[in-house]
Amino acid sequence: MPGRGFSILIAVVLLVPAAFAQAPREMLDAAGRYVVVPAKVERVYAAGAPAGILVFAINPDKLLGWTRAMRADETPFFPDKYARLPELGRLTGRGDTANVEVLLRARPDLVVDVGATAPVFASLADRVQQQTRLPYLLLDGRFEAIPETLRALGRAMGDEAAAQRLADYCERAIAEVAARVAQVPPERRPRAYYGRGPQGLQTALGGSINAQVMEFLGARNVAGSVRGGLAQASLEQVLAWDPEVIFTNDPNFYREVWGDARWGAIAAVRARRVHLSPHLPFGWFDFPPGANRIIGLYWAGQILYPALFRDDLRSKTAEFYRLFYHQEPSAAQLDALLGEVGVLPR
Amino acid sequence: MTRRAIPAYAAALAALALLTLLAFAVGRFPLTLGDLAALAANKLFGAGYAVPPTAETVVMQVRGPRILAALLVGAALAASGTAYQGMFRNPLVSPDILGVSAGAALGAVLGIFFSQSALVIQLGAFAGGLAAVAVVYTVGASVRRHDPILALILAGIVIGTLLGSVIALLKYLADPYNQLPAITFWLLGSLASVAPRDLAFAAPFALAGLVPLALLRWRMNLLSLADDEARALGVPVARLRVAVVCAATLMTAAAVAISGIIGWIGLLIPHAARLIIGPEFSRLLPLSMVLGAAFLLAVDTLSRTIAPIEVPPGVLTALIGTPFFLWLFATARRAWQ
Repeated sequence: MPGRGFSILIAVVLLVPAAFAQAPREMLDAAGRYVVVPAKVERVYAAGAPAGILVFAINPDKLLGWTRAMRADETPFFPDKYARLPELGRLTGRGDTANVEVLLRARPDLVVDVGATAPVFASLADRVQQQTRLPYLLLDGRFEAIPETLRALGRAMGDEAAAQRLADYCERAIAEVAARVAQVPPERRPRAYYGRGPQGLQTALGGSINAQVMEFLGARNVAGSVRGGLAQASLEQVLAWDPEVIFTNDPNFYREVWGDARWGAIAAVRARRVHLSPHLPFGWFDFPPGANRIIGLYWAGQILYPALFRDDLRSKTAEFYRLFYHQEPSAAQLDALLGEVGVLPR
Repeated sequence: MTRRAIPAYAAALAALALLTLLAFAVGRFPLTLGDLAALAANKLFGAGYAVPPTAETVVMQVRGPRILAALLVGAALAASGTAYQGMFRNPLVSPDILGVSAGAALGAVLGIFFSQSALVIQLGAFAGGLAAVAVVYTVGASVRRHDPILALILAGIVIGTLLGSVIALLKYLADPYNQLPAITFWLLGSLASVAPRDLAFAAPFALAGLVPLALLRWRMNLLSLADDEARALGVPVARLRVAVVCAATLMTAAAVAISGIIGWIGLLIPHAARLIIGPEFSRLLPLSMVLGAAFLLAVDTLSRTIAPIEVPPGVLTALIGTPFFLWLFATARRAWQ
C-alpha cells in the first residue's frame, strides 16, 4: 500500500530531527502511568505541599507557586522572591483548594503530585490530565522513596544534577540514620507517644504517615498496635501506655503539659522528655509529609538516642536548609529552631 | 401519680448507681479493686491506706472527672431537650434547635483555626453557643406577624445553616495536616480529655440552667397549651419562654463546651422518659436527666474501654441508643405525647 509507505516516510522525516533535538519523553510515574513530558520544562505546578518542597529544592525558579501563601513566620527562611511566590491552591484529592482554571492560567509545562499512589489518586491525575491536557506526574511520597522521587522529578524537569545532589544527601541521611538505629537492641528503643492537637490527645496510629519519623527511628509507638491514621486517645490510655518520650507539634499542648497534674504522672513528663517539633518553614516531624522531615530524623534521633546521635544539629540544620530551601538560616533562626522553646518567633 | 412514678425512679436511679460504680472499676489503666477500695476509704473516711500515686491520679484526675462529666453532659442535654420539646410543642426538637451547637462549634473551630489553647477553644465554644442563641432569639422575636414558636424555630434553622457554612469554610481553609484533623475530632465530640477544671467550668453553668427549670416545673406544663389559653390561665408566656431558652442554652452550651457535639441524647432521651412516665413536666424532667446521665455514662464507658483508641461517642450513642429506643417504642403502653 503506497499510502502506508508514505506515512512511514513522513514519520521518519519528522522523527529523525526530533530525536537529535530534545524530544518529548514518555515517563513512567510511580502509579504506573505513562506520561508524556515536554522536552523543556520551565514551569512546574506542584499539586500539594510535599511536591512543592521537592520542586523548590531542585530548582526554585521553576516552581510557579506554593499551595498556600507563605505566612509571616515562614517567609524569613527563604530568599525573598521565592517567599513571595503566589498561592495556587492544592489539587490532590484531599480537600482541594485549586481551581482548574487557575492551574491553566499558570501555564505550567508539568504538574507534579508527590504522595500516595493509590488508584484513587492515579485516577484523579488522569482526570486532571485529560481535562487540562497538561502532563501530570504522580510520584511516590513515602519516606524511603524520597531519593528515587527526587531523581525522577529531576529527570522530568531536566535538572538531573541538582536532583542527584539532593537525592544523594537524602539517601546518605536515611542510610546513616538506619544504620545507627540498627545498633539499638529492641528493648532499648524508647516507648514513644505522638500527641497532636491542643490537648495532645490526638495520636498517630501504627503505619500512619504522621508517625513515620518516629517509627523509622525505631521508637516503639505506644499507639502502634492499632494500624490506621489519626485517632483520639484518652488520657487514661496514655497513662496506661506510660510513654518514655512524647513528641508533639502543638505549642499550646507543649506549654500546658508541664503544669498539668494528669500528665505529670507519665514517665516522659517526669523525665522532662516532652519535645515540641520545630515547624518552620516546614514541619520537622509530621506535616507536610515530605522531604522536610529528613532533618527531623536527626532532631528526633538525638532525643531518642543521645549517645548515638552526636551530630552538631546547628550545622546539620544549616546544611539541610541551604540545600533544600536555598538559604542558610541565621544564628537567631537556628536558636529559635533548636532552642528548648522550639518555635518562639511566631 | 406517685405510685406509678416510684418504681420507675427507683429502677433508673439504681441503674445509674450501678453504672457509676462499674464505670469507676473499668478502664484502660489497670487498677485493682483493692486499690479502688483503698482509695475510696481514704477519700470518704480519711483512712490511711497506701495507694500507688499513679492510681490516685487516674481515679481523681482522669477517670473520676470523666465519669462526672458524662453524667453532667448527659443530664444537661436530656434536660434541655425535655424543656424544648415541651416549650416548642414539637417532638422533633432537640437542644440545638436554636443554634447553640452550631454556635459552639463555630467558636471552637475558630479557636482551633487560630491555634489557640484548649482553654480558649472551650471558652470560644461556650461563648459561641450563647451568642448564636441570642442572635436567633432576637431575630425570632423581631418577626411579630408570625407564630412566635414557628418564627423562633425557623430563625434557628436559618442561622444554624449559616453557621454551618462558616464552619465548612473554615474547614476548607484549615491546614489539612494539622488543624483539619483537630477540627474533625472536636466536631465528633468526646470526653477523652476532660480534666477537673472542665468540670469546675461547666457545673456552675449547668446548675444555673437547671434551677429555673426546676422552679418553673409546674408552669412548664402550661406552655404546651396554645399561647392564648396559657395566657388566659395567667401564664406570662413570653417571659416564661425567655427563661426556658436561657436555662436550656446555658446547660447545653456548658455541656458542649467540654464534650464537643454529642447528638441523639437531647432528642431521644426525653421521648424515652415520656414513654416511661408520661408528659407531666415535674415528673418527666428528673427521670429524663437520670436516663440521659446513665445513657451517656454507659456510652462513654464503652467508648473508653473497648479499644486502645477512643470510639467516638457520637457513633455509639446511635448504635446503642436506637435499638433501645425502638424496643421502648414498641413495648410502651402509654401515649408519649
